Amino acid sequence: LLSFLPERSNLAGVRHILLVLSGKGGVGKSTISTELALSLRHSGKKVGILDVDLCGPSIPCMFRVQDNDVHQCDSGWVPVFVDQDKSISLMSIGFLLEKPDDAVVWRGPKKNALIKQFVADVAWGDLDFLIVDTPPGTSDEHISTVEALRPYKPLGAILVTTPQAVSVGDVRRELTFCKKTGLRVLGIVENMSGFVCPHCSECTNIFSKGGGEELAKHAGVPFLGCVPLDPQLSQSLEEGRDFIQEFPKSSAFPALAHIAQQILDGTSQQSS
Amino acid sequence: VFSLSLALSVADCPGTSSAQAGRAAACQGCPNQKLCAGGAAAPDPAEAAELRERLRSVKHTILVLSGKGGVGKSTFSALLAHGLAADEAKQVALLDIDICGPSIPKMMGLEGEQVHQSGSGWSPVYVEENLGVMSVGFLLSSPDDAVIWRGPKKNGLIKQFLRDVDWGEIDYLIVDTPPGTSDEHLSIVQYLSATHIDGAVIITTPQEVSLQDVRKEINFCRKVKLPVIGVVENMSGFICPKCKNESQIFPPTTGGAEKMCQNLNVSLLGKVPLDPQIGKSCDKGQSFLSEAPESPATSSYRNIIQRIQEYCDQHHFHKEKIN
Repeated sequence: LLSFLPERSNLAGVRHILLVLSGKGGVGKSTISTELALSLRHSGKKVGILDVDLCGPSIPCMFRVQDNDVHQCDSGWVPVFVDQDKSISLMSIGFLLEKPDDAVVWRGPKKNALIKQFVADVAWGDLDFLIVDTPPGTSDEHISTVEALRPYKPLGAILVTTPQAVSVGDVRRELTFCKKTGLRVLGIVENMSGFVCPHCSECTNIFSKGGGEELAKHAGVPFLGCVPLDPQLSQSLEEGRDFIQEFPKSSAFPALAHIAQQILDGTSQQSS
Repeated sequence: VFSLSLALSVADCPGTSSAQAGRAAACQGCPNQKLCAGGAAAPDPAEAAELRERLRSVKHTILVLSGKGGVGKSTFSALLAHGLAADEAKQVALLDIDICGPSIPKMMGLEGEQVHQSGSGWSPVYVEENLGVMSVGFLLSSPDDAVIWRGPKKNGLIKQFLRDVDWGEIDYLIVDTPPGTSDEHLSIVQYLSATHIDGAVIITTPQEVSLQDVRKEINFCRKVKLPVIGVVENMSGFICPKCKNESQIFPPTTGGAEKMCQNLNVSLLGKVPLDPQIGKSCDKGQSFLSEAPESPATSSYRNIIQRIQEYCDQHHFHKEKIN
C-alpha cells in the first residue's frame, strides 16, 4: 500500500531554483555562485548549492569543506552544511571522490545519470534558494540538468562572462541555449571587469571592458553589474572564507552585494 | 529510492580505457557499462586504419589541455601555432575540438570563414600558407548558434575532423581542447592512437582552485598513457603599467604550478604574466607575439614554444633511433 503514496519530492521545500551558466570556462561561475550564496545568507536566507561540474568541482574548496563526507538519510543524500548554522548546504561530486586528484573520466551517459540523482536524491529540506553551479558549455551536464529541473520550474539563469569578445562570443551561444530550453535569463554579470592597482589606484582593463554590458543590451536581458578583479576575493576563495562577512570594504563587495539584492528584489516582486 | 552504487562506482571505476572496463564488479548497474564492455573504448580496426592513413604525414602532435576552464588554452594554442609557423619551412595545423565554445576562429582572425569541400576532403582554413585551422566555428552560420550536443555527437564530429580534413603534410598538429576530462578528451586520445601523440602541454593559472583541476588532468594523462611535455603557468602576476608594482591577482596560495610540478614530477615549461594586450590581440584575431614583441609575456611565450620544439625534436630523434 505504501508504494502507492506519492513521494514528497526532495525539491518540494525549495522556494527558488536558479542556475549559474556561461558558455565560457573560467569566468567566475563558481565564484559568483559562492558569493551569491554568502550574500543571500547575510540577508537571512537559507541557501543550497548544487555543483553539477563533475570534472572540475570547485564548490567544496570555496567553503573549506572539501574533506567532508556525504551521508544518507531516509529521503536520500544529506547535503554538506558549511557550518553549524546550517544556513548554507552543498552537494558536489567533490565529496564523493576518495582522492581529490582522481580524475572523473566519464562519458555522457554516466554524467547524466549522476546529475539526475543529484537533482532528485539530495534531501535539501526547506531552502529559500537553490543555486545550481554548472561547468562551461552547452552539453550533457546542461541538457540533463535543465531537463531534470524542468518540473520544478526554476526561476531562471544568471549568465557570467568576462568583458572580452572571446568570452562574450561563447556566452551568446549560452543565451541561445536558454532560449531553446525555455530557461528565463535573470541577467548577465560582467566579471573580472577592470583591476584597480592596490598600490597606486590606477585602473587597468586587463580583460577589456564593457562586453558583458553590451551583450545584455543587445540581447534585451537585464545587466546585473560589473565585478572588478579583486585579489582579496581570489585569496578569500582559496582559503574558503566568507568574503561578504570579512571584506565589506574590498573592491568586489559592492558589485556582489548588488547582484544579490537584484535577485532578492526579483523574487519579492514575484510573490507580491 | 536512491542508491549508493553510483557513489561507490566513482571510486571503484576501473577506468573507461582499462582492460576491465565494463567487466569489473563496480561496473554492475553503471549507465556506461554497455558502452565500456562492448569495447567502445577500443577503436574499430577499420576506422583506426583509415585514421592512420590520413594522419600518416603528421610528424608531431601536441595536445593543449587543462582540467580548468579559462586559463588560456586557446590563447596558448593560437600563439604556439603562430610561433611554430614563423619558420616558413614548417607546415602547422591547428585543430580546435572545443565543440561548444570554439574560440580559435576569432583568435586567429578567421571569424566568418567557412569550410570548403574538395575531392580530397574538407579544406582547412589558412591563416598563412603554412598555417591551417579547423574548428566547428567554421561550420556555424551565426555567432549566436549554439551547439547543444551530447557526447556521442561531439565524438562523431571530432572523428570527422581527423578523418575528413585534408591536412596534407604537416610538421606540427596542435589540438586545442575544452576544459575537463570527458568525451572530447577520451575520443581525441583514442582516435589519435592511430598515429602518435608527442605529448600534452597543460595550462594552469597559479591559484589552488585551478591546480586542483589540473592535477586531475595530469592523472588523466597518466591513465591514458599520454606523455606530459610540461605545464605552463599563465596569468602569473600582474605588473601595474603605472607604478610597476606587482600584484598577484590569482594568488599561488599553495605554491603555484612550480610546487605542483615538483610534487608530480612534471616539467614547468614557464610562467607567463598577465598583459592586457594579450586579450586585446585575441579579440582582434592578431598574434600577440607580433603585436607586443617587447612584452615580458612575449619572451615567456617564446621560451616556452622553444622548449616544446626541442622536446619534439628529441622525440623525433628518439623515434628515428628506434627505427
